[in-house]
Amino acid sequence: MELYKLTARELIEKIDKKESNAGEIISCLGKRIKEVDPKINAYVRLSEPEPSISAPGPQPSTPLRGVPVSIKDNICTQGYKTECSSKILEGFTPPYDATVITKLKNAGAAILPFKTNMDEFAFGSSTENSCFGPTRNPWSLEAVAGGSSGGSAAAVAADEAAWALGSDTGGSIRQPASFCGVVGLKPTYGRVSRYGLIAFASSLDQIGPITKDVADSASLLNVIAGYDHFDSTSIDKEVPDYTKVLGSGIKGIKIALPEEYFVEGLDPEVKSIVEEAVDKLKSLGAEDKTVSLPHTQYSIPVYYIVATAEASSNLARFDGVQYGHRCAKPQNLIQMYNKTRGESFGQEAKRRIMLGTFVLSHGYYDAYYLRALKVRTLIKNDFEKLFSEFDCVVTPTSPTAAFRIGEKIRDPLKMYLSDIYTISANLAGLPAISVPCGFTKNGLPVGLQILAKPFDEEMILKVAHAYEQATPWHKMKPKL
Amino acid sequence: MYETVIGLEVHLHLKTKTKAFCGCSTEFGREPNSQVCPVCLGFPGSLPVLNRTALDYAIKAALALNCSVQNYTKFDRKNYFYPDLPKNYQISQYDLPVSRDGFLDIRSEAGAKRVRIKRVHLEEDAGKLIHQEAVSLVDFNRAGMPLLEIVSEPEMNSPDEAYEYLTGLKSIIEYLDVSDCDMEKGSLRCDANISIRKKGSTILGVKAELKNMNSFKSVREALAFEAKRQAELLESGGEIIQETRLWNAEESKTVSMRTKEEAQDYRYFPEPDLPPFTINKDKIEAIKKSIPELPESKRRRFTEDYGLSEYDAKILVLSRRNAAFAEECINEYPGKEKKPVVNWLIGPFLSEANARNRELADLGIGSKALVELINLMEKGVLSNLSAKAVLAEMLETGKTAQAVIKEKNLAQISDSSSLGGVIEEVIKENAKSVTDYKQGKGNALMFLVGQAMRKSGGRANPKVVQDLLKEKLNEG
Amino acid sequence: MAITKDTIKHVAHLARIDLAPNELETLSAQLQDILDFIDKLKQADIKDVLPTSHILPVSNVMRDDLPRESLLSEKALENAPQRKGSFFGVPKVIE
Repeated sequence: MELYKLTARELIEKIDKKESNAGEIISCLGKRIKEVDPKINAYVRLSEPEPSISAPGPQPSTPLRGVPVSIKDNICTQGYKTECSSKILEGFTPPYDATVITKLKNAGAAILPFKTNMDEFAFGSSTENSCFGPTRNPWSLEAVAGGSSGGSAAAVAADEAAWALGSDTGGSIRQPASFCGVVGLKPTYGRVSRYGLIAFASSLDQIGPITKDVADSASLLNVIAGYDHFDSTSIDKEVPDYTKVLGSGIKGIKIALPEEYFVEGLDPEVKSIVEEAVDKLKSLGAEDKTVSLPHTQYSIPVYYIVATAEASSNLARFDGVQYGHRCAKPQNLIQMYNKTRGESFGQEAKRRIMLGTFVLSHGYYDAYYLRALKVRTLIKNDFEKLFSEFDCVVTPTSPTAAFRIGEKIRDPLKMYLSDIYTISANLAGLPAISVPCGFTKNGLPVGLQILAKPFDEEMILKVAHAYEQATPWHKMKPKL
Repeated sequence: MYETVIGLEVHLHLKTKTKAFCGCSTEFGREPNSQVCPVCLGFPGSLPVLNRTALDYAIKAALALNCSVQNYTKFDRKNYFYPDLPKNYQISQYDLPVSRDGFLDIRSEAGAKRVRIKRVHLEEDAGKLIHQEAVSLVDFNRAGMPLLEIVSEPEMNSPDEAYEYLTGLKSIIEYLDVSDCDMEKGSLRCDANISIRKKGSTILGVKAELKNMNSFKSVREALAFEAKRQAELLESGGEIIQETRLWNAEESKTVSMRTKEEAQDYRYFPEPDLPPFTINKDKIEAIKKSIPELPESKRRRFTEDYGLSEYDAKILVLSRRNAAFAEECINEYPGKEKKPVVNWLIGPFLSEANARNRELADLGIGSKALVELINLMEKGVLSNLSAKAVLAEMLETGKTAQAVIKEKNLAQISDSSSLGGVIEEVIKENAKSVTDYKQGKGNALMFLVGQAMRKSGGRANPKVVQDLLKEKLNEG
Repeated sequence: MAITKDTIKHVAHLARIDLAPNELETLSAQLQDILDFIDKLKQADIKDVLPTSHILPVSNVMRDDLPRESLLSEKALENAPQRKGSFFGVPKVIE
């Protein structure tokens, strides 16, 4: 079997058995990328001269043994361009590594110098909002890869990456993982350092793994999780070995099925696939009960207020003073600001900055922003109540399978609604995973989402792993 | 017929080793953009982490200004675009500042007064802009330095009161050692709001915000100018508009910024990158304990315990180190009546210190050495004149008073046997004056004393000389 | 609520974004749609509910006042669109 098809753990095994080495793996992946990426566009800046890999080389003693990781274009990598798929960050080469990158390097990972494609500043659910063009779904090139971590998800699905990092603000890891038939995990808010992740919405963003299977997800989380004194919002809490719980069985585990996630708007085909998955979990010993998360209907409005407000402030720094793009020959300061930002932010970025600026502006703060923060409390309380009785919540990851490229791009609200099942985990800070649970008649993957209480990543990994091992989905490969 | 109403907003650089939210040094005057990192440059992906000492200093200052320290405080983002602001928002505090509701007692010619302090909060500083012909240059070394903002209520009624407020505030902050308070280096900045109203009115007039004052003196001048300008404007039937005015020190006047005044909309919201802070009673108590005796209490003690005048005490307590040095000297001095020491401290010693732009304690003469000098003078070993000469020599060489006296032979001569010869000579050489004296002209004696002093090189004890002269002249 | 063109223009100014006339048109319509949708929040009962700005109950995260190495100014200025010596350059700011 070709090396690129293997999971990261399988690659590590190969290295340990001296059947391969990191250098060989990197060059094999490089070949694979050259071969299929023109179809997928999972990576950005591939045509640019390749900077040398800051690979540690074969490192037999380190946990990751030199196996490469693909990184989303919004995670800072020292010496490698990090542009958030945005024209405004044109040419930006960070002078520092994100904490997750430092951790990966310390664990012996190689960092690929080209980064994975994304919606500009992670604004989107399809990776169509990229200045590098859309990423295509490896299962159907006419379909979107999901977003905003579409590049990472597609790269893993198309065997262009052993594994990858994405970021998730409202579903940006889980939804593309679901669309591409791979595993995507969003950790508890505060579990993984955000230092070096170019912020979209600071109170919602988390970095997480996108992998070929659940075991890889646990292994990668082992490396990136943990307190970081550079991130005031990271939590000083011991990191367990997440691979330990895998295979421990889910007998007697209490699963909540929120009725609000199985109503109108959910594609009937997706619904029946997810219901079958729930049956599978039951057959493995889990106990299910239909419950209510009464404030679910507010999650999208709350999200689009909180996330855009924070984004409008976070993105104010892109002004052409210190880095990135500056408009040609500005006559004065105000023109430099307005023109630079006007000509280099994409439509979705402008929309969100405008919305976020508006909800914070004088006279509207209480009606929008403050109200949203209060409803956020209600949503959080809903989950707290649920987790006093249940071990996890199971839902579809997305109401539909991957949609066609261009289908929703002109209708932002419709696009926003595709995040309906993933947003609550961010608002409530919960860990959540998407694991492949079947295919539609058109051959598009469907994802099952599992959520647990804060810092119970072990629960979602355990349940996802039990399900995965009892089903064939994660073994399926797209034909490219 | 008009009453002036003034409120002051003071910004202080806290004297921490590192910036408010990152580990960059706060040292002044380094190469441009050499004390910067991804955090204080606001580079994408960077995150702030609060400097513990900055919060401690803020609490300390707030307590010393009689503020109530809040048990729950948080940071907010103040959003506006400006090239010296790396993130285009400033991390500041909006609705839940570290502390509020304090006061500062001041004394001016109008008497004693309590000025209330609205709030004291912590924020980060911006960078520095240097304007050239066609371009403005940005240096971010200052960006992210911890700033304390102290906002008074509009309760001062004269430029003098404002001046006293600033002097008092600076004195307290220096006692706490939490800021350099150096306006020239920009570690203390002051903006003023000023309006006038008819005496007796309770409604505030339209205010002007004054900026660009670089010393307390210029704050006073700018306020005086502005109060006069506003009064004249009203008198001539004009109307005061709310605006920002810059103090032009060269021309001694305030000038309207003339920019299109747009209503600012800072879109404050809670800083999501910084979880909130709780300040418990234990912490407040611990910080309270670290606060030294403050100038006001010191001043009271100096007048009550040592019998200093209000004026002398106020001067001596202004600086913590001066006060400590003065107290050392006072305690060192054996006499019960402390006036001689205080006179020397406030007089020759302070003027020497001022001339050298130093504190009393930094003149290189310890309290023991100074008191020794004063004692020698009090005991009559030195004349007042010689004592000043000895002081100058001590400052120059660092030698003790005794050593200088010995070396320069400056001791006062008081014994009659040593002075006998001089007296004889003077009587012999000034026959006319002797005659005048004998004819009852009192002035003649003073002349003869002066001659004797001159002959002794200023070392003769004038009282002894006078007695000896009288004795001799009355004999013959 | 209905959002006017003037409001959109004002917000664009606050956000320092130039909008072409056609962008202003589409954005107005889209933001109106989104705001109408968001208005759903008015139905939520938020009486006596405290706002959540930080999802986890963490407080007092601080660092000690210990200096760390700064960036070399060359590194700090490496990405600058305009620089003059060790300074960043911007169009002249008129005060």
